[in-house]
Formats: sequence, structure tokens, C-alpha cells
Amino acid sequence: MIPRYQKILFGILLVASVAMGVTLWHLRQRAHERLIAGQDSAPTSAPQIAPSERATLLVANDSDGSLLTQFLSLPLPADPGARARAVLGKLLDLYAAPDAAHPVPGGASSVTQVFLLPAVEIGSGAATPAKPKLADSRAVVILSGESSARPSGALSQQFGPQLAVVNLTGSFAASHPSGIETEMLTVLSICGTLHANLPRVTEVRFLVDGAQRATLAGHADLTRTYLAADAMPAEEIRP
Amino acid sequence: MRWTKWTLAALVACGLAAAPVTAQQAPSVPQARFVVVLDAAHGGDETGGRLTNGQYEKTFTLALTMRLRSLLGARGIQVVTTRESDAAVEPEKRAEIANHAAAQACLSLHGSESGSGVHLFVSSLAPAQPVRFPAWKTAQGAWVARSLKLAGVVNSALLQAGMSTTLSRTTLPAVDSMTCPAVAVEIAPERSTLHETTAGLGDPDYQARVATALAAALVEWRTEARQP
Repeated sequence: MIPRYQKILFGILLVASVAMGVTLWHLRQRAHERLIAGQDSAPTSAPQIAPSERATLLVANDSDGSLLTQFLSLPLPADPGARARAVLGKLLDLYAAPDAAHPVPGGASSVTQVFLLPAVEIGSGAATPAKPKLADSRAVVILSGESSARPSGALSQQFGPQLAVVNLTGSFAASHPSGIETEMLTVLSICGTLHANLPRVTEVRFLVDGAQRATLAGHADLTRTYLAADAMPAEEIRP
Repeated sequence: MRWTKWTLAALVACGLAAAPVTAQQAPSVPQARFVVVLDAAHGGDETGGRLTNGQYEKTFTLALTMRLRSLLGARGIQVVTTRESDAAVEPEKRAEIANHAAAQACLSLHGSESGSGVHLFVSSLAPAQPVRFPAWKTAQGAWVARSLKLAGVVNSALLQAGMSTTLSRTTLPAVDSMTCPAVAVEIAPERSTLHETTAGLGDPDYQARVATALAAALVEWRTEARQP
């Protein structure tokens, strides 16, 4: 026979357990809601699908040493740095394809980052003491014309010419076919593609694994600053 | 003194007799020396590209340089090479050798499996006025116009030999510092219109044809250089 006080104690404990369970579930819900609310207020925006836009790629062809303009519809992010990386990734994907006219292994993952910086401070600073003048007089005219009309200060950063610093992977450089022509075609197609999609990019420099490298695969000089307009077909260069 | 007079008279007589002979032997217009610098790219640890026959680019360029040196020597052209063994030579040293030679033509020889035919490259530096102390990294600027002419002569000789060629501009540290008409010559396999290889870089006959065409181009360049 169970005593009466034990029955009452059991009932109280049971009610307390159920009440604690309900309270715990309620607290969990509140914590979950707080977490979701915290995510919403974070500075990063939720991922979304970028709309497809027309991208211009300057695709190298080893058979005749030319750069052919190709137009593709690609989902491009709004951020210029991410956009530059996306178009270069597509370009290198074309080169990594089995039937490529300019075969280079690696693909899109070969471009680690693309940094966009104001061209004025970097291009004329101590970082490029031996920047050579290029032979293409049209390119030189574009640069000098832009520098004379270049806005100063914050406006320069918003509207002035930009220097793109392309950081490539070491494996891409190591596996790149060696040769003056094939290396120059890769470099010029990257420069031309950047300029075609981001017209403010007038100068391009290259890093490999975040550090300066003498040549791409023994020939093309990666220590110098390339003028992006040099790689553009004549009709696409602004007067 | 009598013996002194006789000695002086004998010396004057000898001098008068020898003068016409000396005048006949001396050329009316002295021939300027014609020197060619051959730069075999890569060397030592810097192997260059790997060719399909397993050979390194450094070996190919050295073999071609030796072959071309023999052909030029047989044609009476003085040749200076930047390396004659499997040794690593820095780009600055290559330019230094070329500049010390005061050459009338400098050829930097390369090999590649990419593309087809012979690729000719001239420095992408803008033409500049010659100055007494040019900047080291852009010294070729004053010679770009001559380099383009030399590239034209080489291009014609290669086309006459039945080879396909491309002519472009590039930036090579060694060439950009040379103070001579300089052309980088990159030899790729000969391919048909269907992109099938008809002559590889290891083919001795192909090497001989390229070397002969380059030698013919340099002989033509010497003829042009000696024209008033």
C-alpha cells in the first residue's frame, strides 16, 4: 500500500518535470529565434543567384598566335573584384578544356584573388621602378590622357583608372607550357579580358601564391606592369 | 758624319720605295667588323621547357647555337656566344656579353612545343632616342627600330626557306637590356594545316633548315649594314 504523502510527492514531481520540459522547449525556441535574428543583422548578405550578363573574353589561339574576342552569357557578381575573378575563371576554364586552342591546365581555381587598386599610387610608385614604356603608342596615349583628366583624392578611387593585381596559384605557373608565345598569349588574354569587362582596369600586375615571380614559365616577365589596353584588338581601344 | 748621311739617304730611299707598295696593300675603304651575338636561352638549373622528345629547351637552344655558329663562321662572320656549355647564365650577364661585343645583330634562341613554325619577337619597348647612358632595363629602346628591320630580314629568309613565321613584340629581360639590333627567335615544330606535326624540334633536318635560313638572314643583314 503506497502512502498518501508519496502519491502527492510523485504527482508534484511529475508536474514539475512536465513544467521543466515545457520551459526548456520554450527557451530553446527563443534561443533559436535570437540566433536567426542575429544572422539577419550580420553584415554579410545571404547568397543569391547573380543575373546572367554578357562577358567578353579574349581567348588565345596557339595556331596563329592571335587573341579572338568571344562573348559569353555568365552570372556575374556585382562586386568588381569578384566579377574580375569570375571572368578570369571562365577564361581559364576554356584553356583547361580538352580541345582548347591554347591548352593550359588549371582552370578557374588557378585565380586565387583579383585585387583592384587605384592605378595612380601603385603604378607610379616605388613598387614598379622599372616599368617600361610599351611600344603601342595608342595605349600610351590612353594612359596619359586619363592621367591628365584624372580626378584627385576620393574621386580618383571611385572613377580613376585601376590596377588589377591577379594572384595566380603556383600549380598554374608550374604546369603552364613553356614558351615565349604561349606565355605572352596567356598574359595578354588575361589583361585584355580584364580590360574588356572592367574598362577602368588599365594596368595589370601578377603574383604567384601571393609573391612576385620572375617569369610565368621561364619567359613572360611577371615583374613588370602590363598595360591592359595593349592586349585589346585595335577597334576596341578607345580613342 | 759621312756614315750618318749615307744611312739617312738609304732610309729615305727605302721609304720612297716601300710607300707605293703600302698604299697598294691598304684597302681604299676599311671593312667594318661584323659581329653577331648568339644567345642560347636557359642553361644549368634553368632548363626551359620540356620538348616532346624528352629533351630540355636548354639543350635544344645550345645545339642550334653551335650549328648556327659553324655556319656563320664558314661565311666569315665573327660570332660571340653567351654560353657554350650547360651553364646557368643570368639575363643581365647575357646582355652584358652582347653589349661588350658591340654586335651588329643579336639573336636570342628559344624552342617551344606550342604553336607552329618560327616565332620572331622584338622588344615591346617604345622606340627611344639613343643616349650616352641608357637605363639598363630599357636600353633596347634606342635599338628597337633596327631590331624591327632585322626581324624583317630574318622573317624574309625564313619565308624563302618555306617556313611559317609569326612576328610579335614581347618583354624578355635579356633582350630589353641589349644595345644591338636584337631579335628573339622561338622555334616551334612545323605543322600542317591540320595541325599535324610534320617536323619536330628533335628533327636534325628541321634544325639544319632553320639554322641555314638564319645564317642566310644574317649574311643579308651584313650586306645591308655595309651598304653606304
